[in-house]
Amino acid sequence: MSLAMRPEHADITPDMWPQIDEVIAVNRSIKGSVIAVLRQCQDVVGYLPVELMEYIASGMNLARSDVFGVASFYALFSFEPKGRHTLKVCTGTACYVKGIKEIITRICNEYDMEEGGTSPDMRFTLEPVRCLGACGLAPVMVIGADTHGDVSSDKVVDILQAYE
Amino acid sequence: MDRFTIEDLTAARTKAAAVLENPDIFHLMVCSGTGCHATGSLPVVEALRQEVAQRDLGDKVRVVETGCNGFCAAGPIMVVHPGDIFYQKLKVEDVPVIIEEHILKGKPVEKYFYKDPVSKKKIPSQDDIPFFAHQMPRALRNKGLIDPESIDDYIGRDGYRATAKALQEMSADEIIEEVKTSGLRGRGGAGFPAGMKWQFAKASPGETKFVLCNADEGDPGAFMDRSILEADPHAVLEGMIIAAKAINARQGYVYARTEYPLAIRRLGIAIEQAHERGLIGDDIMGTGFNFHVEIYQGAGAFVCGEETALMRSIEGRRGMPRPRPPFPAHKGLWEKPTILNNVETLANVPQIILNGGDWYASVGTETSKGTKVFALSGDVNNIGLLEVPMGTSLRKMIYDIGGGIPKKRKFKAVQLGGPSGGCVPEEYLDTPVDYEEIAKVGAIMGSGGAIVMDENTCMVDMARFFMDFIQDESCGKCTPCREGTRRQLELLKKICDGKGEPQDLNELESLSDVIKETALCGLGQTGPNPVLSTLRYFRHEYEAHIHEQRCPAKRCVALLKFEVNEELCTRCGMCARACPVDAVEWEKKQLARIDKEKCIECLTCYDKCKFNAID
Repeated sequence: MSLAMRPEHADITPDMWPQIDEVIAVNRSIKGSVIAVLRQCQDVVGYLPVELMEYIASGMNLARSDVFGVASFYALFSFEPKGRHTLKVCTGTACYVKGIKEIITRICNEYDMEEGGTSPDMRFTLEPVRCLGACGLAPVMVIGADTHGDVSSDKVVDILQAYE
Repeated sequence: MDRFTIEDLTAARTKAAAVLENPDIFHLMVCSGTGCHATGSLPVVEALRQEVAQRDLGDKVRVVETGCNGFCAAGPIMVVHPGDIFYQKLKVEDVPVIIEEHILKGKPVEKYFYKDPVSKKKIPSQDDIPFFAHQMPRALRNKGLIDPESIDDYIGRDGYRATAKALQEMSADEIIEEVKTSGLRGRGGAGFPAGMKWQFAKASPGETKFVLCNADEGDPGAFMDRSILEADPHAVLEGMIIAAKAINARQGYVYARTEYPLAIRRLGIAIEQAHERGLIGDDIMGTGFNFHVEIYQGAGAFVCGEETALMRSIEGRRGMPRPRPPFPAHKGLWEKPTILNNVETLANVPQIILNGGDWYASVGTETSKGTKVFALSGDVNNIGLLEVPMGTSLRKMIYDIGGGIPKKRKFKAVQLGGPSGGCVPEEYLDTPVDYEEIAKVGAIMGSGGAIVMDENTCMVDMARFFMDFIQDESCGKCTPCREGTRRQLELLKKICDGKGEPQDLNELESLSDVIKETALCGLGQTGPNPVLSTLRYFRHEYEAHIHEQRCPAKRCVALLKFEVNEELCTRCGMCARACPVDAVEWEKKQLARIDKEKCIECLTCYDKCKFNAID
C-alpha cells in the first residue's frame, strides 16, 4: 500500500519502501506512536533524510513540523548518513573518570574524524553516547552488537582493526 | 498454556520450587547480565551445555543463565549450588576442568575462586566474599538465583504470590496502608513516599488511570534499574499490578531507555509469559481484575526521566516538562490521573505486600526505611551492584564492600546522584545512607549511582563534565536552565583552560542560586549541584587553576607542560613504553624526554608514571 508519492532518494532503495509503508500502516491509528515509527524507519534506512520525514508526516497524518520537532529532540535520531560501523563510546561518569576522553582523542586522530562525525572513507561514525550502564567495564565502547570493555587509548586501535 | 487460577499458582510454585531447590543435582548459575555478556559469559554457557551433553550429565546438572550477579568486576561469574561456590573470570577453556573436578569428582576448583586482595586468601563461598557479606538483598532478592526468562523460576521463588494476595485478599486502601507503613520512598532519587503518591492518585476522580514505571535510568554511572530488569523483570511487573489495584488502573507502561536492549528484551519476555499464564491482562487469576502492560522505548533524552516530560514522550511529543501543579496524580498521561514509580521502588512492593510493611521498615533509619541499591563504579576495586540497609555508611560501601581504591592511590571523593547530585569528600565518609543525612553534606541519595574518584581526578574538570551533560540535555524550554547552564559551562571551560579570573567563582555561585530558584523542572533545579558541591569541598582546586594556572590532579591538558621533572624522574622508562605514538625518548638509566612535536597529549604517560614526574 502506497500512502503518498514516494520521493526519490539515493539512500532509500526500492526494497526499503514496503518496509516503511508497513511501519506506517501498523502505527497510523495508534495515538502517540510517531517516535516508534521514526525509530523503525531509521532502522530500515540507517538515518532519517528530510524526504523520509515528510513521507512519514503525510502517512501518519501529522504536520511536518510535528514530525521534525520530535525527531530533532531525541538523540537517537540522525539526519546524516552514518559510516559502516558506528562506534558508540560511553561518556558516562565512570568511563570519563577512567579515561574515555583520551580514547576519543585517539580515535579522532587515527581516523581523521570528529566527535559525532564520520571518517572520510565512511568506515566509522564516532558517536559519544550517554551512560550505557555497563560501568563495571569502564571505559566502554559498543560496535554493533559487540561490547568492548576496559578499552584504552592503545588498545582501541587494535580493536578497530577488526572492523572493515 | 492454561490461564492460572490462584490454586494453580500454588501448585506451580510447589513444582517449580522442587526444581530450584533440588539438592541432588548441581545448579550452575552463570551470570548473564550486560557486564558478563561483554566479558564473554555466553561462550562459557555454550561450552558448559556442550560439556554437559557430551558427558551425558543432563539429569545431574542444570545450567542457568541468570541476571546480573552484581559483582561485575569479577565477570564472567558462575555460582554453583549446592555449596554456593563462586567462580570468577571464567573462560571457555576452564569449563572441562570444572565439570571434571567439581561436578564429577565433587572437588571445587580452587584456581577460579575469588582471592581476597587484602588477606590474599582464596574464598570459595559467595556469601563469605566481603563484597556480598555486607549486603542485604531485597529488591535484588532473586538476582543470580533464577533464570529471568523463566516465569516458572520466578514462581518457584514465591513469584506472583503478592499479586494473588493483593488482588484476592486486600482492598485498595489496605494495599496503600501497607506501603505507607513500610516507609518506602521513591528510589528514583527524589524520595517521595510511594504510599502517599498512590493515595493521591486513588483519590483522584476518573475512570481511566495509568501506572507508569520509570526505567529511563539516565544518570551517568547508574545501572541499578537495568540490573533489576535484567535479573528479575517479573518483580517489577508485580509491583505495577499491585499499584494498579491500589489506584484502580487498567493500563500500565514501562518507559525504558533505548540504551538497554537486554533489559527491554527480558521485560518483553516476562510480559508475554505473564500474559500466557493469565497473570497479567484480563481477569487476572480469575479475580476479575484487568491490567495490561506495554513497554515504551525512549529515544535518548535525559530530561524524559522527569515525570511530566516522560508522559509527553509517551504521548509522542517532544519530551519537555511542564509546570506542576497539576501533579500527575491528578492530571498525568493523556491528562488522566497517573502514578510514576521507579523500577527499584516497584521491585520492593511485592515483598512489602507478602511480608508486611512492618517487616520492610524493620531495617533502616528514622526517615529512610528498608534497603537501597547502589551502582558502585569508578576508581574502586569491586565495581558492581550492591544493596545495603539504609543507614550503612558510605565508608563501609566503598571500603568493606567495594574493596577500596586500586593502584594504591588515595581516595578523593564519591559522587552520588549523578548530575543532580554532589560529591562527598573523605571527611564525611561516615555519613549514613539516608535521604536527609546525605542531603546535609551537599549531595543527594539520587537513584543510586556512586562513582568513586581517586586523587588523580580533577574536581573542576568533573564539574565541567556534569555541566556539559546538563547543558547538552537541557530541553531549552525555560531560560534559567537553557541559558544559565550554558554560561556556567563557559565559565568552567575557561577555568579548565587556565583563563579563569577571580570573580568567576562568585559568578558561578550566583548563577547557581538563580538557576536553582527559577528553573522549571528537577533537571535545572538540581543542575548546579555538582558545581556547588565541588566549590564547597574543593575550592582550593578551583583557586589553583585560576591563580597559579595549575591543575593539581594533572588532568586539564591546557595547564600541563608535558615535560619530565628531572628531580622526580627515576629513569624507569614506563612512560616511554606506554606512549602510543613513541613521543617519549628514553634509554636505559637515562632521563626521559617528551617530543612535543609528536605528542598527542593523551595523558597516558601521566597515568603510567608512578612518581608524579611529568609536569
